[in-house]
Amino acid sequence: MIVGSRKPMEEIEAMIDPFERIIVLGCRECVTVCSVGGEKEVGILAAELRLSRKQKGRAIDILEFSLERQCDHEYIEQIRTQVANYDAILSMACGAGVQFVAESYPEMPVFPAVNTTFIGVTEEQGLWTERCQACGNCILHLTGGICPVSRCSKSLMNGPCGGSSDGKCEVNKEIVCGWQLIIERLKQLGQLDKYEEYIPIKDWSSSRAGGPRKVVREDLRI
Amino acid sequence: MSESEFEPKIVAFCCHYCAYTAADLAGSMRLQYPPNVRVVRLPCTGKVDILYLLKAFEDGADGVYVAGCMEGDCHFINGNFRAKKRVHYAKKLLDEIGFGGDRLEMFNMSASMGPRFAEVAREMVDRIKKLGPSPIKTVQTQKSGDKP
Repeated sequence: MIVGSRKPMEEIEAMIDPFERIIVLGCRECVTVCSVGGEKEVGILAAELRLSRKQKGRAIDILEFSLERQCDHEYIEQIRTQVANYDAILSMACGAGVQFVAESYPEMPVFPAVNTTFIGVTEEQGLWTERCQACGNCILHLTGGICPVSRCSKSLMNGPCGGSSDGKCEVNKEIVCGWQLIIERLKQLGQLDKYEEYIPIKDWSSSRAGGPRKVVREDLRI
Repeated sequence: MSESEFEPKIVAFCCHYCAYTAADLAGSMRLQYPPNVRVVRLPCTGKVDILYLLKAFEDGADGVYVAGCMEGDCHFINGNFRAKKRVHYAKKLLDEIGFGGDRLEMFNMSASMGPRFAEVAREMVDRIKKLGPSPIKTVQTQKSGDKP
């Protein structure tokens, strides 16, 4: 899922400062699962904004609303009739959701309440960690199911580097060396021969280096 | 509004297994405690949600506290520890918006601690009296006072 963290209140308040009628728009997908932008978080942020404005003696009218997703037109359409009654939208979705809402309502200022952080997993309740950087060319079959792009601080294709010591990364002793994990896993699988294979220089054109990406499925297009 | 005139409105979210029973005991023992405290019974303080706490303030509470079982004695094992974390988080949110996290607190007591329930109620009322009315009320009062 896409994992995010909420922006500091100060930053959010500065964004919406000129407005008195706003929609706080949640998303029921990834940001709900990582407890940052779902229905409940919309309620909390709206309550905070109202309390903050009230103590400054300023009015704010907030519509709390959550969409099934903010990355699909049909759901974004659900607020079309409401949009005209408000001055701005504060989206609690990931960056994709915020942009898609902004594209759908070009006349409305749309602000992000969340910093989109990474594609990751719920390691345990309240702990999310990164697993994928969407490089566009998966090599997990070569690396024991552990991704060197996202788990190695340098995204090395043939690691570990000299900065790995006692299984930890030199960037931060709390970071486990991704390549140490790969070697251990390959050993466990009896596939250490794969580690011997040289992985050629990665073609990053499928990643961000190739510019904004798109996927087209002609069979699905209407 | 002077401090002596101010009677705070305080909401106490109390666990059924401890603080709520302690409140009952305080009553049976004929212990006096300030009538400023409005008790909301919860099946466990683990039921406390950050949203409940914020809504209480939004709806005009000057202070809010959560009263759960003694640490290690939760009927549902760790509900009171969960509440403690949520209260701590909500305090941070209230500080962030300049409302004041001190208006919110977590207390622990057992069902047999009637006198402690009364003491906590007094303690909280004293604290909120010192802090003054909720900032949202102060502004409303000032605004209406400003009117010619």
